[in-house]
Amino acid sequence: MNVQSKPSKFIKGATGDWEVVIGMEVHAQVSSKSKLFSGASTAFGGAPNSHVSLVDAAMPGMLPVINGECVNQAVRTGLGLNAQINLRSVFDRKNYFYPDLPQGYQISQYKQPVVGEGVVVVDLAEGEAVSIGIERLHLEQDAGKSVHDRHPQMSAVDLNRSGVALMEIVSKPDLRSSEEAKAFLAKLRSIMRYLGTCDGNMEEGSLRADVNVSVRKPGEPLGTRCEIKNVNSLRFIGQAIEHEARRQIEIIEDGGVIVQETRLFDPNKGETRSMRSKEEAHDYRYFPDPDLLPLELTAEAVAELKAKLPELPDEKKARFVRDFGLSSYDAGQLVAERETAEYFETVAKGRDAKLAANWVINELFGRLNKEGKAIASSPMSAGQLGGLIELISDKTISGKIAKDLFEILWTEGGDARALVESRGMAQVTDLGAIGAIVDDLIAQNPDKVAQAKANPKAMMWFVGQAMKSSGGKASPQAVNDLLKSKLGV
Amino acid sequence: MTELTSLTLAEARDRLRNKDITAVELASAHVDAVAKARALNAFVLETPEQALAMAKASDARIAKGEAGPLEGIPLAIKDLFATQGVRTTACSKILGDFVPAYESTVSSQLWRDGAVLLGKTNNDEFAMGSSNETSHFGAVQSPWRREGSNTPLVPGGSSGGSAAAVAAQLCLGATATDTGGSIRQPAAFTGTVGIKPTYGRCSRWGIVAFASSLDQAGPITKTVRDAAIMLRSMAGPDAKDTTCADLPVPDYEASVGKSVKGLRIGIPKEYRLDGMPSEIEKMWTQGCEWLKAAGAELVDVSLPHTKYALPAYYIVAPAEASSNLARYDGVRYGLRVPGRDITDMYEKTRAEGFGAEVRRRVMIGTYVLSAGYYDAYYLRAQKVRTLIKRDFEQCFAAGVHAMLTPATPSASFGVGEKGGSDPVEMYLNDVFTVTVNMAGLPGIAVPAGTDAQGLPLGLQLIGRPFDEETLFALGSAIEREAGHFVARPWW
Repeated sequence: MNVQSKPSKFIKGATGDWEVVIGMEVHAQVSSKSKLFSGASTAFGGAPNSHVSLVDAAMPGMLPVINGECVNQAVRTGLGLNAQINLRSVFDRKNYFYPDLPQGYQISQYKQPVVGEGVVVVDLAEGEAVSIGIERLHLEQDAGKSVHDRHPQMSAVDLNRSGVALMEIVSKPDLRSSEEAKAFLAKLRSIMRYLGTCDGNMEEGSLRADVNVSVRKPGEPLGTRCEIKNVNSLRFIGQAIEHEARRQIEIIEDGGVIVQETRLFDPNKGETRSMRSKEEAHDYRYFPDPDLLPLELTAEAVAELKAKLPELPDEKKARFVRDFGLSSYDAGQLVAERETAEYFETVAKGRDAKLAANWVINELFGRLNKEGKAIASSPMSAGQLGGLIELISDKTISGKIAKDLFEILWTEGGDARALVESRGMAQVTDLGAIGAIVDDLIAQNPDKVAQAKANPKAMMWFVGQAMKSSGGKASPQAVNDLLKSKLGV
Repeated sequence: MTELTSLTLAEARDRLRNKDITAVELASAHVDAVAKARALNAFVLETPEQALAMAKASDARIAKGEAGPLEGIPLAIKDLFATQGVRTTACSKILGDFVPAYESTVSSQLWRDGAVLLGKTNNDEFAMGSSNETSHFGAVQSPWRREGSNTPLVPGGSSGGSAAAVAAQLCLGATATDTGGSIRQPAAFTGTVGIKPTYGRCSRWGIVAFASSLDQAGPITKTVRDAAIMLRSMAGPDAKDTTCADLPVPDYEASVGKSVKGLRIGIPKEYRLDGMPSEIEKMWTQGCEWLKAAGAELVDVSLPHTKYALPAYYIVAPAEASSNLARYDGVRYGLRVPGRDITDMYEKTRAEGFGAEVRRRVMIGTYVLSAGYYDAYYLRAQKVRTLIKRDFEQCFAAGVHAMLTPATPSASFGVGEKGGSDPVEMYLNDVFTVTVNMAGLPGIAVPAGTDAQGLPLGLQLIGRPFDEETLFALGSAIEREAGHFVARPWW
């Protein structure tokens, strides 16, 4: 894919503009009940070494058996990334010694991954969209965890994660800013959560990324890259890229050269530091795992998985724009999370969709954010919010009262229409009742009447007062019309 | 009681069924024989109490009419097979006193069918060797000696303990494994029968891995019929080993003694080596004549890539071994030699835990998989392997049912006699057997005669994939003419 340079993304250096080129390797834990090659549970948070089979502990004579569900999850993900599914792929051994790697090798896919090239469309804040190429997706085993704080001299090893299935998704070097990199990862996360193939939980380590960063003068060939390992939040990815790009620009502008190396991001200092150089890189001695036959898929099985894919964010967004008349930006916000989109659709069903979108995006999102809640734990159901939307649409309540009603529904719960009735919150459109209020105001405030007649804008004082006297229930439109005729303005 | 130990497996089975003898009598006789034969060093662990307890249970099942196909048959298990609650070391120091919490699929099928465990037999460390001299527990001595000589001889390897135990009548059969000849070569050296079935016929689950794409379990027994009986229990599909074939197991015993009339037997010209002892040549010719007399048709065939098999094998097998043996790192089980840091601990543990031959192969394997060498060695060896396989396929496609070759290029040799200064001297032992592993085919070694010094010599029959039945038919035809070979006890 030939990505166009975007001057707006350039970084200013002492010698002029620099373009940052980013590629990512995303490690996503496959959502599955059991591990990639053993029947042990993948549940998070078990007591150390409580989810370990004989295979995971690499006991002598143990053999891996591929978990078909993990393969299906990888294929689903590949389909969600609009990628080539390879009907024949091969598991290799990546050999290295580490205490939390019991076999002494990781089973991974090296030369023949299960998923080949694909493309992901990433929406950016300015309403701009970029297509990011996917190089490949392959399946591999996770390692265990070394624990260093249990004993002064010894380390402990927890093998619960050992053998859990990971998908490594490799992008092409198509990203041009930290914003794009963050948006790309967020989009991958969104797609996988829609598919149910990865829970995307970055705190628990279900999703993490290695980021390859290089810089160049616009139009020049690619520079030497550095790989930043295991960055585990969107914010840190942004920081790591910003810092790394600046670091590389400074070195080059000072007459130095970039050394290809692996670097670590230190979230406390907000900077990257060297981990190992290219020369120190492991020789992993990859070779096909003789314990496993090549993974063969049939075109029919892939087609069946494809037919059963859920609607993905891009399709859903297009449908929201098309069917509900939402702006692309609003639709994008609503589809980012599958749960949000489902919530919105329930609210919007048979109601004013644009109004529903406004309330979900402004009021609901605002309140959830403020309280740090996810949509799944929203105290207000989609049905409740839908009831509120209906009351606005049929002019039973005004926008102002609706906000009060929202507050009540959020804190106390209940049914929107029943609350409006029991608490007398309905909008007063009865001209008789409003007329009495207006007549009263005119009689008692001759000076304001004079002002209003001289300057119609001063009529707003009467509108305000009338609304106040009605406890906000008077229809602002009815008040307006009545005042105009009574004052003759 | 010596009479009981001289029975074949089939004879003992029939006598047990007829209640002429009891499983406990049979087990006791073998337990005693094992205890008296410690000079052979065939067993690295004896399990007499377990043997008698299992025999007692067998007698109870026989009494109830619930006897399995191997009910009450005392067997020895190569120390490469994990045996639940019974120390399993692959005869390596690095496994220390490792006691598995699991039973290998193959051995569990033997117990399912009623067999009795006598103990664990010696083998070359991690099955790497052709003389059983690399074992951490020391060399096994063959029950055979040259006429008029007391020179200790090797039983072959790596399943030397299993072969010696069967040849010395310490058990009625033994499990073995074969990666490059480790069943057939020791069988040939000890006058016993050994079959390496087709790759994928027996599950590898629970067998300490040497080279995963070549390793295959099989039995060593006194007769062809016994091998057929034992293999039927050992073989079969296993969901825990995805390289294990999902094919039903035939009644192999039914093939024993079956007519070989009309079978086309290929005689590969490439197995006629320069400098091969005339006795081997003679035995091969004799074997051809026997089969011809039995009605088989002999055809000259060519397997042109044979000469590359041994070098390619010594790339592929060490490559896989270097990776398979990475798990012995001192972290979770077995030997741990403390070090300054984790790397130091790894290095000290593996330097002390592995013997010289294992270290050599781990280093060869690491080298051939290294960046910059992979294409020249490993990839090339795999291509050679494909060509070797194709050689066989073309012969079989032309109507050949099986091939006849010598099993080994020589008879047994003295302990300490070979490979001391040049490991290749030892590797050459497998020159006739490795091709079969490289092609994944079944091969059986059947005793066919003796050399001038009275040592047994064996012939090898190579079959089509999953056609062990033809090998049993042909093997029994040779056995019928050649007779049986029993070592004279010196121990």
